[in-house]
Amino acid sequence: MTDRRDALMQLFSAKGSKVNTNRGAEYYDNLAVQMQDRLDELAKTPAANKISIDGILENEGLSRRDFMKWASAACAMLMLPPVFTPMVAQAAELMNRVPVIWIELQDCAGNSEAILRSDAPTIDELILETISLEFNETLMAAAGHAAEEHLEEAMHTFKGKYLCVVEGSIPMAMDGQYGTIGASGETFKDHLIRVAKDSAAVVAVGTCATFGGVPAASPNPTAAVGVQDIVKGKAIINIPACPANPANITGTILHYVLSGQVPELDHLNRPKFAFGYRIHDNCERRAHFDAGEFVEEWGDDGAKNNFCLYKMGCKGPMTFNNCSIVKYNSGTSWPVGAGHGCIGCSEPDFWDKYAQERPMADTHFKAPTGGVEKTVDEFGLGLLTAAGIGIGIHAAISATVGKSEE
Amino acid sequence: MSKKHIIVDPITRIEGHLRVEAVIDENNTIVDAFASSTMFRGIETILKGRDPRDAGMLAMRICGVCTGTHYQRSIEAVEHAFDVTIPKNARIVRNLLQGALYLHDHTVHFYHLHALDWVDITSALKADPKLAAQEAFKWSDEPYMAGEGELKVIQERVAKFVKQGRLGLFANAYWGNKHYKLSPEQNLIAVAHYLQALDMQRDASKMMAIFGGKMPHPQSIVVGGVTCVQDIKNPARIAQFKSLLNKFRNFIKRAYLADVLMAGTVYADEALDGTGGGLKNFMSYGDFKLDDTGFYGAEQLFPSGVVLNGDLSKLHPLDQTKIAEDVSHAWYEGTGKPEHPYEGTTIPKYTGLNKKEDGFAYLKTEEKYSWIKSPIYDDHRVEVGPLARVVIGLAAKDPLMSKYATGFLAKLGDKLGLGKAAPASVIFSTVGRTAARAIETELMADVMMGWVDELAANVASGDLSTWTEFDFDEVSKDAKGFGMAEAPRGGLGHWVVIKDGKIENYQAVVPSTWNAAPRDYKGRMGAYEAALIGTKVANPDEPLEILRTIHSFDPCIACAVHIVDTKGKELGSFKVNTSCAV
Repeated sequence: MTDRRDALMQLFSAKGSKVNTNRGAEYYDNLAVQMQDRLDELAKTPAANKISIDGILENEGLSRRDFMKWASAACAMLMLPPVFTPMVAQAAELMNRVPVIWIELQDCAGNSEAILRSDAPTIDELILETISLEFNETLMAAAGHAAEEHLEEAMHTFKGKYLCVVEGSIPMAMDGQYGTIGASGETFKDHLIRVAKDSAAVVAVGTCATFGGVPAASPNPTAAVGVQDIVKGKAIINIPACPANPANITGTILHYVLSGQVPELDHLNRPKFAFGYRIHDNCERRAHFDAGEFVEEWGDDGAKNNFCLYKMGCKGPMTFNNCSIVKYNSGTSWPVGAGHGCIGCSEPDFWDKYAQERPMADTHFKAPTGGVEKTVDEFGLGLLTAAGIGIGIHAAISATVGKSEE
Repeated sequence: MSKKHIIVDPITRIEGHLRVEAVIDENNTIVDAFASSTMFRGIETILKGRDPRDAGMLAMRICGVCTGTHYQRSIEAVEHAFDVTIPKNARIVRNLLQGALYLHDHTVHFYHLHALDWVDITSALKADPKLAAQEAFKWSDEPYMAGEGELKVIQERVAKFVKQGRLGLFANAYWGNKHYKLSPEQNLIAVAHYLQALDMQRDASKMMAIFGGKMPHPQSIVVGGVTCVQDIKNPARIAQFKSLLNKFRNFIKRAYLADVLMAGTVYADEALDGTGGGLKNFMSYGDFKLDDTGFYGAEQLFPSGVVLNGDLSKLHPLDQTKIAEDVSHAWYEGTGKPEHPYEGTTIPKYTGLNKKEDGFAYLKTEEKYSWIKSPIYDDHRVEVGPLARVVIGLAAKDPLMSKYATGFLAKLGDKLGLGKAAPASVIFSTVGRTAARAIETELMADVMMGWVDELAANVASGDLSTWTEFDFDEVSKDAKGFGMAEAPRGGLGHWVVIKDGKIENYQAVVPSTWNAAPRDYKGRMGAYEAALIGTKVANPDEPLEILRTIHSFDPCIACAVHIVDTKGKELGSFKVNTSCAV
């Protein structure tokens, strides 16, 4: 038993599973020069949208100091040393130079809604509102031909410069005709390829656009796929979760402004600054996991005392996302905070693997084979079930230990 | 000039993918209309074979806008099948979650999805902020942040935005169209509230996050109850909810209601002549359980029923066995006659669009033209939604709904100088549909204040119970149930058949299925289509009036699209227990 417990300890403390947050002075010096060049270059380009952050701050009754506070927090989120704070602030002011075209495919508008509802009076959305959001079906005033004309115009004007944000999956069955858009009846697939073609980069938001999500859940009736299965030869950034956390969307755009490049990504094209940790690593209930204190059924004494939700099916140990740090709706809460386990919504195929109320060890899913990978890059499917079983064992041991101590 | 056939695709400022085609005659009047959903996912198929306890999470993803409401209906369907009655705390928390969704959804709908059909942003630039501040007092005794100074700041902010040359989301709209009727001052007030509502709605979503964990797609409801025991246990958390609610309620009364009254008065001609009235048949499933009686026995905030031909004097009791679905004009194979949803087949039969030389692809309106089926109640096409709830409330002589509705009509009559309340018939219009939503929002905000206190008192009395235990293996052997209630957009039902612990069949018939449906086997129009007929458009190249009426329904198209089996097989049948008619 001790062996297993040690193995588990090792698994969760192995060096490889940490994101490297200190890359040494030389790395950051180079990065600083690179970023400053990029910002200077951007500052020279004609603004797509000339609203200044200062004006917005003033109108919203926020001080420069509030803004700098936000910039330093954003800096930390992007895993940059504090000396980068002024540059992050400068990047935020230049965000209006990056036009965004946001298209919706096989979606539920959840990500558009998330952006709309996102963090309360923080500056994140102010910035999102001040980027040049050229096209978003949920919010735009024009419709029909006028909307299509505007899309054409924006794609032409900002050729090679705009970020193409995609929400929703792409149905491939029946020649893609499970989804059409516009007066010509263009399929979602053709629409995506057309809009992505002249973009600077493609940002897939939400798990449908990244990995197929809900429509792609078994048996995937429309043969739905994610953006990366369709768009080739473009930088693609995946920001999964259901819906994607708006803080991560902002962070990604900010990084693009800062560096002119996509942020460092993991093997699933997710930005490491957001998806570099497991939910479990920073969970507020982690101490209860370590102490072997678990909720055993909904509404029990454990639930009333904030115990760990692993036995109620929490997939925090398998899920890479920063929910436990950033939370949702102005930090109001998050699923684990509301007493429900994580459903693994930022992982591929989570509907068929994680989104249920039983621990992995108790599910009927076949255990995939594979080695014991440790890092976010290597943390493949194989481990997930293995870890699930391992943690299941831990849960069992802890419960026994707990009881014997009583 | 002959008739003109126009396509509006995409219809923006909605959830989902919707196309409308309209035929406009030489007098610029819409003489024919067709609504089509152009996207399909098949979520109900995906649900089959899963553990019924997990269905809610997935079913919720039918829609990211009315998100929590699908979650609740799905969980309720399973609870109904298992005959599990949830604890009082869970009932109140669920009511608060859905109530907050109503407030959020309706407010965002009015300001961010619908207002630009009534409000000309560019006109606001011509307003005199001083006069606008005075104007605001016509519509509210305490106008919401609409003093001269505040309006001036907003105007300058908008002017700056317009001046920089890129209108972004506001580009290429129909600014200056002569069917925009508000004065520059009125437009300025509305624009100010459009921007303030962006802030306010974040607070409303915080309310949902308090008990739901996050929004959209909350995560605290489980079969048997709710999981947020920590949040109800904490008096500060409940107080936070109440304080956010109070703040939002303030906005609803002083801004939302006032603006709707203002628009309703200015556009009263269109309400009085019944523009956008449509079917005039209405249905409500009823919702918001007010006591802890078991399934479908509890008293409800919104009564259920059916009203036909706009006859408020006659309320027909709702009998769900009278619901049938027809696929004559939907992309599914059928027998040619309407069938009960659980007895009919669902075989996809996509017949495509008609590509013409002008480069456009037109709906084959004589044949099949939408992914949405045509639901029928007792062989009537009916409309669902806030207007239906107000109509049913009035017909049922529900004291609460009557109070709020007649209160609004009295104010409207006063503003129009009628010397009496505006006639109830004005609600059978596009304007009325929009007003009904506002009336209901105010009612909900007031009622919720009491619910929060009820929850606090119950917890203070020592009741911390949030979940009802059940023996899953026992109850899930062979069971079926349904969750029927009112989403913000109207009657929503999820039906589930469970066998040996797994979902055998799953069906959802949702508000936009009722409203956005194509024609039926008798060639009768769906609610959107009927509402467009007879509408005059100022400029056929600018479908402003079409958007106005379609938006008044608050379309949610992802929800509406029906199930399909990949192999086109029958999805099994589900006989409805007639004793369960609600």
